[in-house]
Amino acid sequence: MIVALIGVIALVSVNALFLIWMERKVAAHIQLRPGPMEVGYHGALQTVADALKLMGKELITPDEVDRPVYLLAPIIIFLPVLVLFLVIPFSPNLIIRDLNVGILLIFAFSSLTVLSILMAGWSSNNKYSVFGAIRSIAQNIAYEIPLLITAMSIILMVGSFKLTDIVAAQDKVWFVVIQPLAFLLYIICATAETNRAPFDIPEAESELVAGFHTEYSGMRFGLFFLAEYTNMFVVSAVATVLFLGGWRGWILPPVVWFLIKVYAIIFLIMWFRWTFPRLRFDQLITFAWKVLIPLAFVNLLVTALAIKLF
Amino acid sequence: MEKKTGEPLIHFGVLDEVLDLCRANSLWPLTFGLACCAIEMMAAGAARFDLDRFGAGVFRPSPRQSDVMIVAGTISRKMAPAIVRLYDQMAAPKWVIAMGNCAISGGPFYYEGQYAIVPGADLIIPVDVYVPGCPPRPEGLIEGILQLEEKITHRGRLRKFR
Repeated sequence: MIVALIGVIALVSVNALFLIWMERKVAAHIQLRPGPMEVGYHGALQTVADALKLMGKELITPDEVDRPVYLLAPIIIFLPVLVLFLVIPFSPNLIIRDLNVGILLIFAFSSLTVLSILMAGWSSNNKYSVFGAIRSIAQNIAYEIPLLITAMSIILMVGSFKLTDIVAAQDKVWFVVIQPLAFLLYIICATAETNRAPFDIPEAESELVAGFHTEYSGMRFGLFFLAEYTNMFVVSAVATVLFLGGWRGWILPPVVWFLIKVYAIIFLIMWFRWTFPRLRFDQLITFAWKVLIPLAFVNLLVTALAIKLF
Repeated sequence: MEKKTGEPLIHFGVLDEVLDLCRANSLWPLTFGLACCAIEMMAAGAARFDLDRFGAGVFRPSPRQSDVMIVAGTISRKMAPAIVRLYDQMAAPKWVIAMGNCAISGGPFYYEGQYAIVPGADLIIPVDVYVPGCPPRPEGLIEGILQLEEKITHRGRLRKFR
């Protein structure tokens, strides 16, 4: 178990370092510029420099903050993220605990991040932070419902909450072929759940300074950043398991296939971020309640009917 | 380049050097512009000049998370308290670049008897690097940031980890 914990922490940090570099490179190439070039080969060490710099920066605790909550929030945003790695099947053998409620555990713990965002926003005692936190909660509640319902339609087809069973059920055809609408809905909701553009209104910098982490400096802010990118990894890993056949592939070993699919989805999410403008808040909530949730329910009903008939 | 004035009591030689190297290579500027020089600053961040090559392209909107304040433009007397406040809100290893003639000395807006302009950013906050020009070209700003990197690492430009 300790080996697994160390492995997970190593994966989380290396993944975050890589993803931030990748984000900057993807952004740069979409905007026709080279991106980080000077630190290491093509800026490969850029994130290392950023991380060390953040560790060396002053940790400011403003006077008027609610101290215990303010200090706990960056830690609490990070802990549930570690739990999520417990059930992700990287390959048939490489899985820490193959729980029979795997997908439920992931959804239960990933919604805990909202709590720490609320803690961070509320305790900062800053109007922008509170606005960011409130928006984030409204958004996360709205988008968690279609996320769960689309996952339900897959679970109905498989008849199990176990992630390995879901992958095993895709031995003939990936579920993205049978359930394209569910995949689309899932990707949209996942982008919103991880607070990324075009759904990044909790930290919309043109309106809210930096949103819920406006008052955090140094590595405390770094932890929020780390949690965001780890959440992205988890969300993409779940998408891979639910829709893209998990570790299945040809020639290459299963772990490699799993990571290729995960990073492909992450690339898609980054692509969204750098090509779409940010939504307005009412547009965002209207879209969730009037379009996504009815569509998700229709998808679930059709799936249930099809299962009943055939 | 200026020398260190006094030797510190406890010397964390290697750690200090590594940290300085990292700080020099990830100078996140504060998103903040006062006048027309800010347009040149945006150009420096955009596709043709790309500050992100030097790790300085992450414009953070919150002063808590940024390292370098680029005072880009004319400082009116009404804006001065806000600038001082933003500077005070930044976390400790922080630097200031005065960009353009207005931020250096008041530029064309300074004359005998004027009452609206603060003639120079160094009258209200400590400035590390001055970038002259009206406005300076984006290359000028990039040169200023490289000068700041040299000032932080106390070594020549090509001896970074590249």
